[in-house]
Amino acid sequence: MRAFVLSFVFAVGILPAAARTPSSEIKAGEAIYTRCLACHALSYDRTGPRHCGLFGRRAGSVPGFAYSDAMKNSNITWNRKTLDLFLANPTKAIPGTSMGYAGVTDGKERAALIAYLGYANDSAECKKQQ
Amino acid sequence: MSFLTSIDEVLPDSRRSFLGKSGLLLSGAAVALLAGQDALAAKGGAASDEDVRILNTALGAELEAIAAYQLGAESGLLQKPALDLAVTFQGHHKEHADVLAKTIAKLGGKPVAAKDKYAFPTDKLKSQADVLRFAAMLEKGAVSAYLGAVPLFGNRDLAKAAAGILGDEAMHWAILRNALGEAPVPSAFVS
Repeated sequence: MRAFVLSFVFAVGILPAAARTPSSEIKAGEAIYTRCLACHALSYDRTGPRHCGLFGRRAGSVPGFAYSDAMKNSNITWNRKTLDLFLANPTKAIPGTSMGYAGVTDGKERAALIAYLGYANDSAECKKQQ
Repeated sequence: MSFLTSIDEVLPDSRRSFLGKSGLLLSGAAVALLAGQDALAAKGGAASDEDVRILNTALGAELEAIAAYQLGAESGLLQKPALDLAVTFQGHHKEHADVLAKTIAKLGGKPVAAKDKYAFPTDKLKSQADVLRFAAMLEKGAVSAYLGAVPLFGNRDLAKAAAGILGDEAMHWAILRNALGEAPVPSAFVS
């Protein structure tokens, strides 16, 4: 339970960055994030859109990024639940997405990846963009 | 609760946005193009809209990799033989991009063009090791991206051909790690 609470706290960014030490789950998530680095970066757009500002953002809404119509019309907002569902099988979750990737099929790995994204969104690199 | 039930709760428009997998059936020659084997053209096979989207996303990443290696080559930070590696690997990415673009066009799609400008973390590239580490990160990501794309291709010849590119990216990654003094092959599996 404590681990869940801590990961939730990290993921939603309740603790100030200075008080946060990456957990083993977040470190595992950072390693998993390297799979995304052909197309994504935290703070700038590449083949895929930036991940800073991800939580609470409407899908397909980063200004200037050329999304697929499927993503623009998906009518979802990114949070832990929608990310978990999308990352499990992107092309099934949003048919027509440009993210032609089979997904992170292991639930624990997805949880770690999402925890890392939450942690990273509270990093100095992402804070600079706000 | 099934996956589809649960996803529909949060993605209400996902099914409506489905574009379908029918349509593009001109894959034979295109597969041969991507596979580099003209003999495959006689086999035919069906490629889908999704196959074309996957190829176009891969093309976008390849074009960015070409630009990244150009940045590295022109940075003045790379010395021989690392500079030669960068130029050689850039040449491979150019070959990937060329065949991907031709295949997409052959399948009736519109290949994405290179961007006028790419964002790169130039403020973090201060030494040869920085450049090599950045390139290794891109190559590792490319391995994962192709690994994630291969199972999705409706046309298995396209999957095979993409796996061929994956192997090339994996060799780039290993060589770059070796140049950095790291274990070139850090594990038995890639993910």
